Amino acid sequence: MTIAATRSEPFAVGRPGLVERLQVALPKLVLAPSFAAILLFVYGFILWTLYLSFTNSRMMPVYELIGFDAYRKLWAQPSWYTALQNLAIFGSLYIGLCIVLGLLLAIFLDQKIRGEGVLRPIYLYPMALSFIVTGTAWKWFLNPGLGLEKTMHAWGWTSFHFDWLVNPQMAIYTVVIAGVWQASGFVMAMFLAGLRGIDGEIIKAAQIDGAPAWQLYRRIIIPMLRPVFLSAFVVLAHLTIKSYDLVIALTNAGPGGASQLPSTFMYSFTFTRNQMAVGSASAIMMLMTIVAIMVPYLYSELREKGR
Amino acid sequence: MTSLASVAAPAGPVGGSRLGKILVYGVLLLFALFFLLPLFVMIVTSFKTLDEIRDGNMLALPVAPTIEPWIKAWGEACIGLTCAGIKGYFWNSIKMVVPAVAISTMLGALNGYVLTKWRFAGHKLVFGLMLFACFIPFQSVLIPMARILGLLGLANGTPGLVLVHVVYGLGFTTLFFRNYYEAFPSELIKAAQIDGAGFFQIFWRIILPSSGPIIVVTVIFQFTNIWNDFLFGSSFASGESAPMTVALNNLVATSTGVREYNVDMAAAMFAAIPTLLVYVLAGRYFVRGLMAGAVKG
Repeated sequence: MTIAATRSEPFAVGRPGLVERLQVALPKLVLAPSFAAILLFVYGFILWTLYLSFTNSRMMPVYELIGFDAYRKLWAQPSWYTALQNLAIFGSLYIGLCIVLGLLLAIFLDQKIRGEGVLRPIYLYPMALSFIVTGTAWKWFLNPGLGLEKTMHAWGWTSFHFDWLVNPQMAIYTVVIAGVWQASGFVMAMFLAGLRGIDGEIIKAAQIDGAPAWQLYRRIIIPMLRPVFLSAFVVLAHLTIKSYDLVIALTNAGPGGASQLPSTFMYSFTFTRNQMAVGSASAIMMLMTIVAIMVPYLYSELREKGR
Repeated sequence: MTSLASVAAPAGPVGGSRLGKILVYGVLLLFALFFLLPLFVMIVTSFKTLDEIRDGNMLALPVAPTIEPWIKAWGEACIGLTCAGIKGYFWNSIKMVVPAVAISTMLGALNGYVLTKWRFAGHKLVFGLMLFACFIPFQSVLIPMARILGLLGLANGTPGLVLVHVVYGLGFTTLFFRNYYEAFPSELIKAAQIDGAGFFQIFWRIILPSSGPIIVVTVIFQFTNIWNDFLFGSSFASGESAPMTVALNNLVATSTGVREYNVDMAAAMFAAIPTLLVYVLAGRYFVRGLMAGAVKG
């Protein structure tokens, strides 16, 4: 009897303790499934892919490590170089044009424009579309037989020739056009938000000094937008490396693999050419590029917030 | 010009002169045209007959508008071996989007709430790892995901895609809610705790009722992203269970038979309408989501 009482005593004290401990742990328990899922499906899978890139996996994964073979094969592939070259062309033009156009449109829209409320959504709507829709629309618009070329001929410009979609030298530039069409409105919105955030007093003071408008922008306003340039660059660089759907819909990486990007290279080597190890190696290269861009940026963003 | 510029409103020093104004409006309208043109061409083409497409001008309005291409795209066009139009794939997408958006938004709200109001040692690291997950190239998880979905028996179907989209959407939804709840006064939470309210009570009674705007932002962001996804759809759901974007690409890329551009365009419109509709109805929230996604929350 007494034994039972002493036995039950810690239990009686422990019971609210248990509930309390559960209460304390509850937030972590709520977060745990999401965090576990991300650890497994993101970081675990990345390690898995990394592992596969050191094997000789072809159609099916095999788990015998053979070293850097897949990387050697990858860097011996002419089509991998094509993909990297296209990535460089696409990336620089896409990022550059989107930023220039976005900034220009934002500055122009910021001139107390009548109808801004109509123009802004027009610039931005392509961002709501799927890349597949964008690709389909531009594929039709640039169709060598029935699209732009025919329209120009009908308007009397009969020497107009536009075959970029089927021209191996030029196909990647059609991806640039469609990409810029889709994203420059978004960059415009980022710059416009930046412009609207600038203290009006600074601008007024500069205007009293009598500086002409373009100098005001060049010397004062545009330098103040530096953080926006950085964000826009990071967002666009990230979109560049991930670009996949648009190329597939517009040129299907063709003609003859001429508009290949690392993303399409990875997909075709892994799933259609049964070179899973090489595909994994290319995926790891893509990931490393993203890490090199995103980690410093995210780190500084999180630190800036000081929490 | 200088004096005129200084009289101009602070927001608009360029458009001071008359010439400047004309230039500004000219450029703005030109670009409006550039952005509208592909959509315009897509719409008019979808209402033309094939003969008119072959003989007429791409930019001309249809002479004899017909909705035949739309009917065909919806119910009769051939994708792969079946000729039942894109309607089945449209519903596949709906069945994928609705649960994926609901689950990822709900989890994001809870995660954001924990990461701001119930902080624990290491919360920054946890958030950092979740945040980075938003930005990985999905190619680096594609092969393992295919294996796991196969093992779970979820390969090639909508449930598998729901799982994939929930998992890879969590980073963004958590980010959105975390940044929103950061500004929520912690005093209110403390006061409620003193009154004896627990974790879920505070969430339901205090946090959630004031989360309207961020829920709208997150739902729209997730809806647009998941509806528009192609990579996961084409990797993990082929044939009959494919989502809309995959079916559209298959339809357009089919090389057999006569190319029916008007049907292609109508099908593309079906894929575009849901997200365009959301954009038209709630554009403000859509833009806010995009901006927050650029981590400038």
